[in-house]
Amino acid sequence: MTCLPVTTQKKLGLAIDLDTCVGCQACVTACKGWNDQGYGAPLSDQSPYGAEPSGTFLNRVHSYAVQPIDGLAQTINFPRSCLHCEDAPCVPVCPTGASYKRAEDGIVLVNEDACIGCGLCAWACPYGAREMDAAAGVMKKCTLCVDRIYNENLPEEDREPACVRGCPTGARHFGDFADPDSKVSRLSAERGGYALMPDLGTKPVNRYLPPRKKDQRSEASVLAPLLDIRASGFAGWLDRVLGKI
Amino acid sequence: MHPAPSVILFSVLSGAGFGLLAYLGFGFVHLYGWLAFLWWGLGYGLAIIGLFASTFHLGNPWRAWRAFSQWRSSWLSREAWASVATLLSCAPMALSDWLSLDLPRSFGVLGGVCALITVFTTAMIYTQIKAVPRWHHWITPLMFLTFALTGGAILAGQNGLAQLLCGLLLGVMLAVYRIGDGQFARRAQTLGSATGLGVIGEVTVFEQAHTAGNYLLREMIYVVGRRHAVKLRGIALVLATGVPAVLLLLPGIWGAGLAAVCHLIGALAARWLFFAEAEHVVGLYYGKR
Ligand code: SF4
Ligand code: SF4
Ligand code: SF4
Repeated sequence: MTCLPVTTQKKLGLAIDLDTCVGCQACVTACKGWNDQGYGAPLSDQSPYGAEPSGTFLNRVHSYAVQPIDGLAQTINFPRSCLHCEDAPCVPVCPTGASYKRAEDGIVLVNEDACIGCGLCAWACPYGAREMDAAAGVMKKCTLCVDRIYNENLPEEDREPACVRGCPTGARHFGDFADPDSKVSRLSAERGGYALMPDLGTKPVNRYLPPRKKDQRSEASVLAPLLDIRASGFAGWLDRVLGKI
Repeated sequence: MHPAPSVILFSVLSGAGFGLLAYLGFGFVHLYGWLAFLWWGLGYGLAIIGLFASTFHLGNPWRAWRAFSQWRSSWLSREAWASVATLLSCAPMALSDWLSLDLPRSFGVLGGVCALITVFTTAMIYTQIKAVPRWHHWITPLMFLTFALTGGAILAGQNGLAQLLCGLLLGVMLAVYRIGDGQFARRAQTLGSATGLGVIGEVTVFEQAHTAGNYLLREMIYVVGRRHAVKLRGIALVLATGVPAVLLLLPGIWGAGLAAVCHLIGALAARWLFFAEAEHVVGLYYGKR
């Protein structure tokens, strides 16, 4: 049913730390690796070794350069995956009931057996979180690794999303945003976590933790007085003559 | 947005077809016998060819029947219902005109209303999408309905009315371009606001997330067409409105036939632009629009 649940018991999602993310793309690979063999159709690649390779991914990492008014430019790496929006515009547009949001934990999923591959949900998502698989003709999106987080066949420490587990700097955190005491809620509160394009009314669950303020390079070096050496004698004469030319 | 030929063909042909069915249903044309069969057949044919073409862009067309299930929330599902309702509800009147059964006109009026509702549902599929600001405006359904009514009037041989509607369509198309061009700016989203990094400073793309293409770039971020947009707008305006209005002055069926062909070509150009010029906000993350 593509009508959205009024509320969900949990609001599972990710807190993504833009300060620690180094843009290594490990989460992209971990996500593709896990979701290639688990939930639904595999994430296909088209012409992977050809001139124009292309493929389906559920998570992408952008790199942006940000130039503050004063201070040096910063490189900020920016992972982008489904935000499991509370008011997900991708769900009600689906004509078949394939797209749905779970009332128990808020995860937004696609029932691939019912998906006709019309692509309307991908149009409706402002964040580009959905990609149609070119081989299977069905819509793929982040499942929040629903087949890991509840999977009792996995050791306890692996019961979190593949991208979270695979991140070498710990820049991705998984948890329940409905619980104010959860790790992600506290992290988001401490660091001023924000939602993407909130004015579109999608109410994303995922939060982005902004980069911390960078140190300013101090203007003058403590060795500066020592550098102000005046040449004397022949060198001084040469300096003066050359300076006049 | 990627201008998929199947969707463009669908929305133009079935739009004109449903328009024609509306005029036939409302009883604008009094046809009997085989002439009625031909005209109703043309309306049905255009509508059905269009609906058939629309399944070509589906990834799994054999599951299309499932699209009837979510009419409570989905405009695409409502469109599926409305088009089937139109095709069914027009049938008694079509048979009556053909076989002179003399059914009351109210049957036809019901069919005609269904036909116009179908066009409206098609338009709402695009209008509802906030992520494409150019479409997210009441002018979109107005444009779809005016196109259907104009095309339908030409096909139904309502020359005087068709000329009036050509004038109206010209106005609506100009308004669509005028309003549409400012829609993205009115959303006030930039790379800085989309990433939330604008509070730090000026944001530019340092490196793309992937060097190869992907579904998003192909489907949502279509940039090639816009260079020719101005020229094509002129062509669409002239072919869809001006030329047919003049051709309708010619006597006999040839004038009307040429006007119809000309109008449909113009409508196809306009519909191509409707997609090619529409910018999805996801383009911001790629620094492209
Ligand atoms: S990020 Fe996109 S796909 Fe995910 S829930 Fe929100 S609108 Fe839907
Ligand atoms: S592509 Fe599939 S999941 Fe998306 S709207 Fe169409 S049928 Fe629903
Ligand atoms: S939660 Fe799972 S599916 Fe979603 S981006 Fe991370 S690895 Fe991919």
